[in-house]
Amino acid sequence: MRAVAALCLVIGLAVPALGWAQEDKPAEFPEKLEIGISTDEIAISSDFRGADLTIFGAIEGYDPSLLAQSKYDIVVALEGPKDNNTVRVKERIFGIWVNRRSMTFELVPESYSLSSTRDVETIAAPPVLNGVGVGIQHIRLSPVGYLGDGSNLTEFRDAFRRLKESGGFYQRDPGGVQFISASLFKATVKLPANVPNGTHVVRAHLFRDGVFIAEKALPLRVMKTGIEQMISNAAYNQSFAYGAFSVMLAVLTGWLASVVFRKD
Amino acid sequence: MNIFIILGMGAAVGFLSGMFGVGGGFLITPLLIFYNIPPVVAVATGANQVVASSISGALSHFRRGTLDVKLGTVLLVGGLAGATVGIWIFSLLRSLGQLDLVISLLYVVLLGTVGTLMLLESIRALRRAAANQPVSLRRPGQHNWVHRLPLKMRFKKSKIYLSVIPVVGLGFGIGILTSIMGVGGGFIMVPAMIYLLRIPTNVVVGTSLFQIIFVTAYTTVVQATTNYSVDIVLAFILMVAGVIGAQYGVRVGQKLRGEQLRALLALLVLAVGARLAVDLVVTPEDIYSIVSEGVYR
Repeated sequence: MRAVAALCLVIGLAVPALGWAQEDKPAEFPEKLEIGISTDEIAISSDFRGADLTIFGAIEGYDPSLLAQSKYDIVVALEGPKDNNTVRVKERIFGIWVNRRSMTFELVPESYSLSSTRDVETIAAPPVLNGVGVGIQHIRLSPVGYLGDGSNLTEFRDAFRRLKESGGFYQRDPGGVQFISASLFKATVKLPANVPNGTHVVRAHLFRDGVFIAEKALPLRVMKTGIEQMISNAAYNQSFAYGAFSVMLAVLTGWLASVVFRKD
Repeated sequence: MNIFIILGMGAAVGFLSGMFGVGGGFLITPLLIFYNIPPVVAVATGANQVVASSISGALSHFRRGTLDVKLGTVLLVGGLAGATVGIWIFSLLRSLGQLDLVISLLYVVLLGTVGTLMLLESIRALRRAAANQPVSLRRPGQHNWVHRLPLKMRFKKSKIYLSVIPVVGLGFGIGILTSIMGVGGGFIMVPAMIYLLRIPTNVVVGTSLFQIIFVTAYTTVVQATTNYSVDIVLAFILMVAGVIGAQYGVRVGQKLRGEQLRALLALLVLAVGARLAVDLVVTPEDIYSIVSEGVYR
């Protein structure tokens, strides 16, 4: 199945922007960001091989002269459900490779797909990106209960980003956001084949000449369907019944075999 | 995951277990690990598969009256306690990130020991056969230190008067192995019952199978509720292929000579152990790994 995605809306409506989308924005910028997707829920079947999700949006209250000089940059991220992640590193002890040191990062997205008007690193300075937490290199990775001197923080962060990127969970597409009219844009983010089940967040950021000025977020539920997901849900949500059923199935198989192949 | 590879794996192990009268759990779990199934899943699913492969054997022993339910129940008391402790160790090792390593190490030790002992034994038997010597049976009637322990109980079916301490202790140890390694443990329990506890050989196999069924069933349920690591589809494919393979294994086993077969099985066991040992030593592709808390969801 193909993930249905499209969108709509947006421009011109004098709808007051929702408070939560802008509460941490300084008020002095007149620009506002609006985005929309056609659905807040995507159903994915077991033969899903990845798809693109298109998000439409518009900049409101923009300065036409700045727009003409391409001073506005948009970064759209699809963040997967968050979970604590532990990175471990193996060391050789008496010839055997053993997990030794580890670091747990607090609530990092399981997947992260980034789409931008150009390479994120060139849009704003690293401290700005770190502050917003946008970009694979700038996503917030704060260690849980970490008491070390911080010397190996970089090592574990780098390993985390590298593994997430090589596993296809973290992706980036510089050039994935395109203006289709003066202030209307279209962003394409990738849903990887192994997209995690759960509530994702589409988060759009507006930068003006390297300064972060507006943000807008929309939730997107990804629901896996099909028999595999049903079994997986049962294993987690009704684990006792699932375990008991596994045993019953084994008892039945063993008993049937002894009846079918009985010789005496 | 290719269903035909899993079917083939189940059938091959079932065939071997039918041929040699072993449970096969100690081969299924390492094979699943070689096939890149996470060890957590391989162990829990292996335990589930052993339930199926032990049932038909236990039923036929029960019909023939070669199953001592009382003795089996005492073993089971120890087994359930052992499995409970084992699952606790399992979860602890998992949270420390040392589970995969410990499973592999235990398998290397276990397969290495069992394989070596079997190989030596079958070579000795082959030599004896070549020299035309009669097989010298050790007398299992003599008493040892085990028989001086207190808390004795009479087991009518086994015609034995025995302390419950070593029986519960044996069950406990096997229970730990079941929950951490996903094996039934018959290959350790049977010799221990014969040589250590001096239980008459005719009831040993049936009684050990009785204990194995309940301990593996218990382990399956506890693994499913604590680690969510039982893969019912994988287990079912293995079970079906396994019980069918076992039927053919039994037939072939009856026609071939035991010593050579045992030597072959010993070599296979050693090969599996060696492969696991190599994987522990070879430099991994990536020394870093990530685990999320809601793992395998």
